Amino acid sequence: MLFTSYHFILFLVLVFVIYYLIPKKFQWMFLLFVSYVFYSFAGIKYFVYILATTLSTYIISGKLNKLQVIQSNFLKENKETISKEDRKAYKATIKLKRWKWLLLCLILNFGLLGVLKYTDFMISNLNSIFRMVNTKEQISFFRFALPMGISFYIFQTMGYIIDVYREKYPPEKNIFKLALFISFFPQLIQGPISRFDDLKETMFEEHAYSHRNVSFGIQRILWGFFKKLVIADRLLIAVNILKGNLEDYQGIYVVLLIFFYAIELYADFTGGIDITIGIAQVLGIRVKENFERPFFSKSITEYWRRWHITLGTWFKEYLFYPISICKPMLNLSKACRARFGDQIGKRFPVYIATIVVWFTTGFWHGASWNFIVWGLLNCLVIIISQECSPLYAKFHARFHVGHTFYYRLFQILRTFWLMSFLRTFDLYRNVGTTFRMFGTIVTKLNINVLFQGGLMKLGLTLSDYLILLFSGVVLLTVSLVQRSGSVRVKLAAKPMVVIYATYFALFLSVLLLGAYGIGYDASQFIYNQF
Amino acid sequence: MDRMIEILKGLHPEVDFESCNTLIENKILDSFDIVSLISEISDEYDVVIPAVEIIPENFNSAKALYELVERLLEDE
Repeated sequence: MLFTSYHFILFLVLVFVIYYLIPKKFQWMFLLFVSYVFYSFAGIKYFVYILATTLSTYIISGKLNKLQVIQSNFLKENKETISKEDRKAYKATIKLKRWKWLLLCLILNFGLLGVLKYTDFMISNLNSIFRMVNTKEQISFFRFALPMGISFYIFQTMGYIIDVYREKYPPEKNIFKLALFISFFPQLIQGPISRFDDLKETMFEEHAYSHRNVSFGIQRILWGFFKKLVIADRLLIAVNILKGNLEDYQGIYVVLLIFFYAIELYADFTGGIDITIGIAQVLGIRVKENFERPFFSKSITEYWRRWHITLGTWFKEYLFYPISICKPMLNLSKACRARFGDQIGKRFPVYIATIVVWFTTGFWHGASWNFIVWGLLNCLVIIISQECSPLYAKFHARFHVGHTFYYRLFQILRTFWLMSFLRTFDLYRNVGTTFRMFGTIVTKLNINVLFQGGLMKLGLTLSDYLILLFSGVVLLTVSLVQRSGSVRVKLAAKPMVVIYATYFALFLSVLLLGAYGIGYDASQFIYNQF
Repeated sequence: MDRMIEILKGLHPEVDFESCNTLIENKILDSFDIVSLISEISDEYDVVIPAVEIIPENFNSAKALYELVERLLEDE
C-alpha cells in the first residue's frame, strides 16, 4: 500500500479516528494490529521474516538480560569474599557468553538480510568470473522477493539488541511492545531508523486527543505529499527519459539529469519522512528527524551529518566506533605510529573504519557495484578533504574569506554538485556506463541543445516547468525560514485566517499540482527499494 | 587532570580546555579527534573506553573525560 494511494489515505483516516475513540490503554495494541494489517498488504508471506526478527530478538535480549542479572547477583553476594582478579575473570566469562548470544542474533538477522538481498548479486559476480575464465558453468538466480522495509527494520532491531548488550537500557519484557517497535507502520518502509529509548516513551504511553499534535501532524503530512507528488513525481518523468536513452541524452543532458535527480531524491525521501513523522505526530508519537536541510551543507562530512541522519548515526555508533577503537585496531595504530610516525598512526584506525563504513553504506543501499562504488567515492572525498584540511587552514589564514557570504555560497554549491554527481551512480545501469556518461559532459556538452527545444522533449510541458520553479521557490523559502525555528510553530502564532489559508493552499497545491493522471505514474518512494 | 588537558591540547592547541564544556555540542571534537583521543587515553591510563561510553556527556569537557576514565578504572 503506497503512502500516496487513496487506500492508504482511507486507512490513515480510519486509524486516526479509531485510535482516539478506543480506551487509551489499548492504543499501542491497536497500533500493532494496524501495523500488521499494513504489512499484510505487502504480502502475508513476508510475515515470517518480520516475526523471525521479532522472536529471535526478544528471546536473545531476554538471555542477555538474564546473564546480566546472574552476574550482578553473584557479585553482590560475594562482594566481601571475591578477589579483584576473580571478579574480573568472572565478568569476562559472563561477557563472553553474552557476546556469543549477541553474535547469534546478529548472524541470524543480518544473515537473513544478506541471503534475501545479496544472493543474486553474489551469483551474478560468480557468473561473471566463470565467463572470464571461459567456463560454461553458470549458476541460476534465486530471485528472492525482498520483504518490505527489511533493510530498515533489521537495522533498527539490531541497534536495539546491541544497546541491550551494552546495557544502555533493559530489554523490553512485553513481546508485543517489541513487535510494535519493529513494525510501527509509518516508519516500516523507509525509516527513520529509530532507537528504542527514543521511541518507547511516546509509543507506549496513553494519548489524549491533542489539537496541536493533530494539526501539526497533518500539516507535516501535507507538506510531505507536496514534496512527493508535486516535485518528486513530476521530476521522475524527466529523470526516467534522461536515463533511459543514453545515446540521445548526453553532455548537458547528463548535467540536467544530475540536477533533476538530486532534487527528485531529496523531495522524494524527505517527503516520505515528512509523511512518516506527521503520521506519528498525529498519533502523539515522537519520531527523530532524519534530515536537517542537507543542501545547505558546506562540506561533504557536514552533508552526511544532515542527510539520512538516523542511518549515519547507526553506522557511527554500531560500526565506525566499534571498529576504530577496538583493542586490535588500537594496537595496530600503535604499531603504525612506531613505524611510520604519529600522523599516519593516528589516521590509520579512522581511515580503516571509514572505508568499512562507506563500503557497508553503499552495500546497504543496494546489491550492485553502482552503490558500492558510490559509497567508496564518498569515502575517498571525505579522506581527501581530511588530508587537505591543513591546506584549507593555510588558505584561510592567508585570505580571510571564510566568513563572507559568497565564500559560504561557493561551499554550499560545491557540496551540492559534488554530492549530486556521486548520486548519479544510482541511475545508470552500471559503473562503466556512469563514467562514460560523465565523460560526455566534457566531450559533448552542447548547452545550446537545451534552448533549441531540448527541454520540451523530456515529458514535461511549460506548465510543468513553471510548477517546478514555483515549488522550488517554496521549498527554498521554507528551508530558509526553518533555520530560525519550526515553520509550523511560527505559523501557529499567526491569525487563524492565515493558518487556514496556508492549509487550504497546501491542500489545493497537492490536489491540483500533483503529478497525476495520464502520462503520470503513482510511483513508489525511492527509498522503499533499499 | 593536567595530563588529560595536555592530551586534548595536542589535538586542538587553540581551545581552552580548562573552561570549555561544549566540545561535542560546538563540534570542536569530531569523530577523528575522538578516536585519536581514545587511543591516547588508552596508552596513558591503560583503560579501554567502550563504544557505549562515546556520548556527548562524556566528551563535552576535559573534566567529564577525566571522570569517565576514573569511573572505568574503578569498574575494572
